[in-house]
Amino acid sequence: MKEILIIIFATIFVENFVLSKFLGVCSFLGVSKDLSNSVGMSGAVIFVMTVASAVTWLVYTYILAPLDMMFLQTITFILVIAALVQLVEIVMKKTLPRLYKALGIYLPLITTTCAVLAVSILNIQRDYTFIKSIVFGFSAGVSYMVAILIFAGVRERLELCDVPECFKGFPISLVAAAFVSLAFMGFSGLFAG
Amino acid sequence: MKGFKIIKNGILNENPIFRMVLGMCPTLAVTTSAENGLGMGLATTFCLVGSNMIISLLRRIIPDKVRIPAYITVIAGFVTIIELILKAFFPALDESLGLFIPLIVVNCIIMARAESFANRNPVWDSILDGIGMGIGFTVSLVLIGSVREILGAGSIFGKSFLTGEMKPILIFLLPPGGFMILGFLMALINKITNRTTPIRHCGSCPMNCVGRSCEKESVA
Repeated sequence: MKEILIIIFATIFVENFVLSKFLGVCSFLGVSKDLSNSVGMSGAVIFVMTVASAVTWLVYTYILAPLDMMFLQTITFILVIAALVQLVEIVMKKTLPRLYKALGIYLPLITTTCAVLAVSILNIQRDYTFIKSIVFGFSAGVSYMVAILIFAGVRERLELCDVPECFKGFPISLVAAAFVSLAFMGFSGLFAG
Repeated sequence: MKGFKIIKNGILNENPIFRMVLGMCPTLAVTTSAENGLGMGLATTFCLVGSNMIISLLRRIIPDKVRIPAYITVIAGFVTIIELILKAFFPALDESLGLFIPLIVVNCIIMARAESFANRNPVWDSILDGIGMGIGFTVSLVLIGSVREILGAGSIFGKSFLTGEMKPILIFLLPPGGFMILGFLMALINKITNRTTPIRHCGSCPMNCVGRSCEKESVA
């Protein structure tokens, strides 16, 4: 139980996926323009990451490892994730149309969000058990949400600022992200390991 | 002459980092030193040239509807090759790039070139495009890596130039420094070339905007 709590807090605050591990930065900068989009995207990310951690862990442990085909890890995981996202999209469209309306448009974007593939690989690298993998996937999604929601707030303020011409758009957002990331560094050292 | 133009396009006009703003994750994560930047750049270039070549060869065979999974498979194949090569011959580099080697699969640059160049141009042009884009990416990574290394570690390509009481500014090696240096370099390049880099709605990820018209949907 204690270990699981440590995974949750360490992933969300200390090793924040976006702000200290640089995973999912593209979508983080692209989608954080307004708050409602950020909520939709991060909801979809949490969902896909949790399911993907479970599925890729099973695929690795029960298919790749017994057959000694670990070198196919990258290629298998990305295909599993791509297929999974498609499947989730189809199932969600049929059974949960309201949720689909909220999250659906973000689903295709998630296949190429590097954070999802990273979660799957990290689960294996760190020798997590099945339960821990799911918890790690879920909290990685939450860490993405925390980062993107805070940053969406910062971006809304940024819109009103008078920025030098050459800093407009991406550069000033990156500098703002640097300060948000600096704030998160305050959490480092909270847990040893 | 045309080949030269394609290569130049990748390095200057459509520089993947400073112009197209693609592949932000590896750009920020591995540029803690110039050497890591160079290694990552070359690994990505290899995958980019290989996948561009294969996708261009297969462009009439791959059905349009399953093209994205097909591209992913081709790219993942090349990434696995480079992963094994690095593990076997450059274990130190493999150690420092770590997770970001398998993550080349989801690097937007490679997917973007497959989708917007390789699947509609002949093989030779696609290879040149891969080389140009790869050089553009590598040069940018080395530039960012050098600046971060000089400020954050006080060395150039691993050779320290600090003397006596001088201390490096460690923060530039840490995550916030990555964001900041990239932001300032981008602004500097915009100042010199007199342009701006707006943020496109879906980030710069090519997947959703191409073919799926996500841009229209999410605006509505």
